[in-house]
Amino acid sequence: MSPTASPAGPIDPAPAAWQHKDLLAIQGLTTAEITTLLDTAAAFKQVGTREIKKVPALRGRTLVNFFVEPSTRTRASFELAAHRLSADVLNISATQSSLTKGETLKDTARNLEALLADIIVLRHSSAGAAQFLAERLQASVINGGDGAHEHPTQALLDTFTIREKKGRIAGLHVVILGDILFSRVARSNIWALLALGAKVTLCGPSTLVPKSFERMGVTVTHDLDAVLPEADVINLLRIQHERQRKEYFPSLGEYTSLFGLTKARAERLKPDALIMHPGPINRGVEIDSDLADSARSVILDQVTNGLAVRMAVLYLCGGVQGGVK
Amino acid sequence: MPPTPPPPAPGATLILDRAAIERALKRIAHEIIERQPDLAKVALIGIPSRGVEIAQRLAALIEQFAGRRPYAGVIDVAMHRDDLHRHRIPPRVARSELPLELAPFTVVLTDDVLFSGRTCRAAMDSLSSFGRPARIQYAVLVDRGHRELPIRADYVGKNLPTAHGQRVHVRFAATDGIEDSVWMSLDPAAA
Repeated sequence: MSPTASPAGPIDPAPAAWQHKDLLAIQGLTTAEITTLLDTAAAFKQVGTREIKKVPALRGRTLVNFFVEPSTRTRASFELAAHRLSADVLNISATQSSLTKGETLKDTARNLEALLADIIVLRHSSAGAAQFLAERLQASVINGGDGAHEHPTQALLDTFTIREKKGRIAGLHVVILGDILFSRVARSNIWALLALGAKVTLCGPSTLVPKSFERMGVTVTHDLDAVLPEADVINLLRIQHERQRKEYFPSLGEYTSLFGLTKARAERLKPDALIMHPGPINRGVEIDSDLADSARSVILDQVTNGLAVRMAVLYLCGGVQGGVK
Repeated sequence: MPPTPPPPAPGATLILDRAAIERALKRIAHEIIERQPDLAKVALIGIPSRGVEIAQRLAALIEQFAGRRPYAGVIDVAMHRDDLHRHRIPPRVARSELPLELAPFTVVLTDDVLFSGRTCRAAMDSLSSFGRPARIQYAVLVDRGHRELPIRADYVGKNLPTAHGQRVHVRFAATDGIEDSVWMSLDPAAA
């Protein structure tokens, strides 16, 4: 207990450097806030090593996973994170929801809040959807991916994994490879990595990695073989077949020959370079199948760390808000 | 006599100075040795943040007196608090540092101030999620009374009668950059 306990209010232990009810984007967060999220995640990762892998932090709270766009790992990860924090979870996907019956996003969300949902995790195909809800609801809103805008928890688990494996972020050279134009994962990663002091290079076909990204403070290159030897981390993004139109590149085969991480290309990487991928991977397209399973690949660590990062986000955003209104 | 450090709150009274804190910790260290002859099975586990400093200092003192340094670690309590929803800013969580196998250990939880007893309850819950220590004891630098749970400390540096509205401030050079000291603020009811 703290010696500075106040008589009427709760005893006050050291506060975390975090004062937001929502997590909508990485852009705009301070370096200290991102570091708080990562440090908090490190403490929550340890819960997975306990005999009892569950803590009471969010007991009595209700989390709604509101996924208007399909997702397997993000939704499952948030659900397990909420269970580990003792929250109750309701999963709603687009096909089940009344959005298909013409109800607006706002009305659906207000109905969820009327069910006393304390935390809403939203995945939506429109950029800004999470912000739209956050401005209108008392509940905490966590962005689980909004269009091509941001996917903040993915960036946090990627930076958490890099920091865990490399011991630091500042000064590292991170290459993000692939479909940047359509990628909310890339955008969130860029903001997080730059805030933490990494050097970021984007690489891919010029149609998917336009030079205009350099305004964010990164380097853009279309020559993968030249940049590979300098990379401490290579983060491969999935080619989003479902969003591709013909004009971006002629064929998957051609993409692989120029930008796929093949075994021959991987030879050019530093021996201790990390290979990352947010999943789901297209084996043989972005990455050689054996490489995805190699010792340098931290793809499954990313999944494990995603759980810890989401526990941290739910704790920091949802723990203090919503319970008493 | 070293100069008195500045009070952490206007009008606060100095209760323990550096030498008095040192004496209190030495006495607790002796009591722990007396009650636990097998120091290999003692783990001093600090409640963040100043309880961690107390655990480290008790471990060093016990090593000085008995020739063996007991395990000293950390227990996170933030995830186990029952008052999370009453905070505007979430309490900082900490990585716990505990012996790999808790079962053989007498765990001595350490904290700076014992007030309602709720933090101790959270620490015991947190500890049980890691394992089942042989026994749990509780050491505090200051017991200021006003318990809200049936909890008492096994080792107490200073029993300090307080009014409910008063505040007790503990400062350590190592954690606060201010010379070791314990202070009590004015009674707001009497002011």
